Amino acid sequence: MALSLDDVARIAHLARIEITDDEARRTLAQLNDIFAMIERMQAVDTTGIEPMSHPLGGGQRLRDDAVTETDNREANLRNAPAQQDGLFLVPRVIE
Amino acid sequence: MSLHHETLATLSRKLAAREISAVELAHLYLERIDGNRDLNAFLDVRPDVTLAQARAADARRKAGDAGPLTGLPIAHKDIFVTRDFASTASSRMLEGYMSPFDATVVSNLATAGMVTLGKLNCDEFAMGSSNENSAYGNVLNPWDKSAVPGGSSGGSSAAVAARIAPVATATDTGGSIREPAAFTGVTGTKPTYGRPSRWGMIAFASSLDTAGLMTLSAEDAALVLSAMVGFDPKDSTSVDRPPENFARALTEPLRGRRIGVPKEFFGGGLQPDVEAAVREALGTYQRLGAKLIDISLPNAALGIPVYYVVAPAECSSNLSRFDGVRYGHRARDYGDLTDMIKKSRAEGLGAEPKRRILVGAYVLSHGYYDAYYLKAQQVRRLIADEFRAAFEQCDLIAGPVTTSVAFGFGEKAADPVAMYMSDLYTIPGSLAGIPSMSIPCGFGAHGRPVGLQLMANYFDEARMLGAAHQYQLATDWHARVPAGF
Amino acid sequence: MEWEVVIGLETHAQLSTESKIFSGASTAFGAAPNTQASVVDLALPGVLPVLNRGAVERAIRFGLAVGATIAPRSIFARKNYFYPDLPKGYQISQYEIPVVQGGGLRILVGETEKFVHLTRAHLEEDAGKSLHEDYQGMSGIDLNRAGTPLLEIVTEPDMRSAAEAVAYAKALHALVRWIGICDGNMQEGSFRCDANVSVRPMGESTLGTRCEIKNLNSFRFLEQAIEHEVERQIELIEGGGRVVQETRLYDPDRNETRAMRSKEDAQDYRYFPDPDLLPLEIDAAWIDRVRDGMPELPEAKRARFAADLGLTDYDAGVLTGSRELADFFESMVARLPGQAKLCANWLMGDVAARLNREQRDLTDSPISADALSGLLARIADGTLSGKMAKEVFDAMWSGEGSADAIIESRGLKQISDSGELERIIDDVLAANPKSVEEFRAGKEKAFNALVGQAMKATKGKANPAQVNEILRSRLGG
Repeated sequence: MALSLDDVARIAHLARIEITDDEARRTLAQLNDIFAMIERMQAVDTTGIEPMSHPLGGGQRLRDDAVTETDNREANLRNAPAQQDGLFLVPRVIE
Repeated sequence: MSLHHETLATLSRKLAAREISAVELAHLYLERIDGNRDLNAFLDVRPDVTLAQARAADARRKAGDAGPLTGLPIAHKDIFVTRDFASTASSRMLEGYMSPFDATVVSNLATAGMVTLGKLNCDEFAMGSSNENSAYGNVLNPWDKSAVPGGSSGGSSAAVAARIAPVATATDTGGSIREPAAFTGVTGTKPTYGRPSRWGMIAFASSLDTAGLMTLSAEDAALVLSAMVGFDPKDSTSVDRPPENFARALTEPLRGRRIGVPKEFFGGGLQPDVEAAVREALGTYQRLGAKLIDISLPNAALGIPVYYVVAPAECSSNLSRFDGVRYGHRARDYGDLTDMIKKSRAEGLGAEPKRRILVGAYVLSHGYYDAYYLKAQQVRRLIADEFRAAFEQCDLIAGPVTTSVAFGFGEKAADPVAMYMSDLYTIPGSLAGIPSMSIPCGFGAHGRPVGLQLMANYFDEARMLGAAHQYQLATDWHARVPAGF
Repeated sequence: MEWEVVIGLETHAQLSTESKIFSGASTAFGAAPNTQASVVDLALPGVLPVLNRGAVERAIRFGLAVGATIAPRSIFARKNYFYPDLPKGYQISQYEIPVVQGGGLRILVGETEKFVHLTRAHLEEDAGKSLHEDYQGMSGIDLNRAGTPLLEIVTEPDMRSAAEAVAYAKALHALVRWIGICDGNMQEGSFRCDANVSVRPMGESTLGTRCEIKNLNSFRFLEQAIEHEVERQIELIEGGGRVVQETRLYDPDRNETRAMRSKEDAQDYRYFPDPDLLPLEIDAAWIDRVRDGMPELPEAKRARFAADLGLTDYDAGVLTGSRELADFFESMVARLPGQAKLCANWLMGDVAARLNREQRDLTDSPISADALSGLLARIADGTLSGKMAKEVFDAMWSGEGSADAIIESRGLKQISDSGELERIIDDVLAANPKSVEEFRAGKEKAFNALVGQAMKATKGKANPAQVNEILRSRLGG
């Protein structure tokens, strides 16, 4: 199964990565190579096999409901590209 | 023998005997780092920070509060976030990023008194097998500067091989510790998934990412690993087990050990030079009393397709946080909000992360999830089950780490699939989450090092390290130093 | 054509935990921007989530309260999309296997009962907020709310009118507060509804195309938005158009809904199990412990009020409309055994009217349950007439003290001594011979005049029933 340029444009948009037509064409060829390699796993019969989303079995450990964090805004915002009054600034958000 | 050729274990004894001080060691390695800048192994070095830590370590020793690691220098792969050094994941996206906290692996080692030399180059977001994907340039292989040091932990492997750091942290998602260790002739150890905390490791593929070490010997690995890993309540996937001394089985003899040799690891792609060195090493194990058992891991070869679905899927989501809003690169010119995010990501992320993000977005997208992601997870289970079955028959599994010795710069860079095949023998163990390691076992074409891979059952690191140590007592491959270092 | 309206609601209830669902940051409302956004909430490189037991416990409580199945194993997934108030680029939510499955809620629409089935309720994290005031021409992002635990409660499309939707939302609102899992503060966004609305020709069995309306943070907006949306859809179809499935935003200022621009993209959330979080396991022992700590539920209480206290179904329903009201009522009944009806009448009558007029909640009523019981006790023992009781009630409301103190200071004691009353009435009869004559001549009106005179002579303190009785006997029946 081969991807199309439309597929590349669609997933690049989903992933919010700007891509030029030229890049899209090159990417398409690479992705098709990769997917040709991936297709090999389709040959195995996996009927009834429980998917393994994690190497560890068992359940999730839980945390007690307690406030353990204190305000560390200054340090947490020091890497912000744009900020004012303790807020991160972004181009206007339209809902 | 020069001091910088000594193992960590020896340096530890010298510190304890007050033959050297932490400050002297720090100066020694800082000078070596400075003198070997052409390797491009380090991305951030701050001597004032390092020397302050060394002075503190010496003070601890004076106060009678020193452990076996106090005062020993270490360098950290730039996947671990650190307060005192920039944390970039070798990406433009995070250029100059200063973390407000330390990774647990880093803080555990600092608590033990280790002194940080700096941050090590790697493939961007740990994605790669040659370190050619770093935004900050290639790292050279000390054995042959025209060869890659392996990846993604190429800075870690090159630094330890060049003896400009006596030990380095590294991370392994599909082979990122073992493959560079093999390519540079050092000992690379990946513990069981869930043993080391992932808190503060910049995530690539969360169900696979495992912190580990590059060292000069298995003994060194055991020493540092005991302090580095342990239960961390900040990581939901951290395994809650009591602390272990991984050196406890170092002296156990190999007599009667059953070593499984998977026939699938000696197939078509394996280069004769690598095969010869690996077979020789297996012969050594036999001479030392171990029993070789033929085993089969029929679906191991499907590890690559499975991995290139699972890892990109997880990374496509893990790397979504790099949107230029709260930190990281923000494009200079943009239109609206969406355009800002798209341009920031396009400019900030390199080609390989982008490629994997796109693969991941595709396999998770509507209508493809079952055919790719679910299928990959099912085959992943088959592979893990084959390991479980194999460990009913044997104590350890041994085989090659890579199909070939280190390749030259640019040889595979244009062909992602050929590059992905570098991890053919390391990916199956990553998918299962078992501990495994690479130890030097000779040299192949162009005098480049060959690694032997050892794999053990879940949580059986001590036995694996013991088997590696016994081999290193009988051979000196691990003690070979590249010319000029 | 006659149209049938079909409504399903998705409600986001913020769970009343101290800390966030995946981090140890505080959930308190109203802090300075980003001071309650921890490194986890900000999705800084290297952070990981750890689930809050308190959030799970509240989800179990809810599941038990609505008779749902609590999944022994549920999965957290990542819902991937980009938005500046979503720091990780994905929301951790439950997708394929939610923690609460099925169950339902009995609602009262006017006097009619109806059962609304729940599809599911799942745990997830809230997003931050975009502030649209002008910051150098940009928007500001505050991530204090990011990571606040939410229970998203989803109904089947069981409701057939805006009134039913509102009745359900109110019942759910009362329930989550009743079981103490959500403070229900709608102004602060603790309880938010999205409505899925569609219409179809009456009698048609397949569902029409639905629109999802967001941003409904009051019951009034919920009602108005649905009514408006139903009208819009019917007009659209009757005009030959077609409803397009989309997300719409309700604008209360204009009373209209409009398509959300940020939702224009065909969404493809690429859900997959979060590899940072193993399956959530809940064993029977945990569920039992939670059950043991649950308060009596409104349904059970309502049945008990009707059966044991002799209240009507309607009264029992009203009095179990909120935990505060039910508790208030019960503590009154505890002091006034056998006077449940009297307590109910006062609570639902004078107290409710007074609170309503002053836009106050029962929790800040100036008269406590104990104090009100003190007043009703004086009605029950005949000390106060109804009229006098209202006067005392007014005085108590304005803070003049207890019922007994007010009765004492105003001398409001009802005259129940029959000897004294008989004397007064004899005086009245002697002073009003004309009325007596008229009554004897068969004019019933004259009797009322005599009662009035007697009440006047006692300054209203006489027991009217007693006055009646004595008058009739004196006048010879």
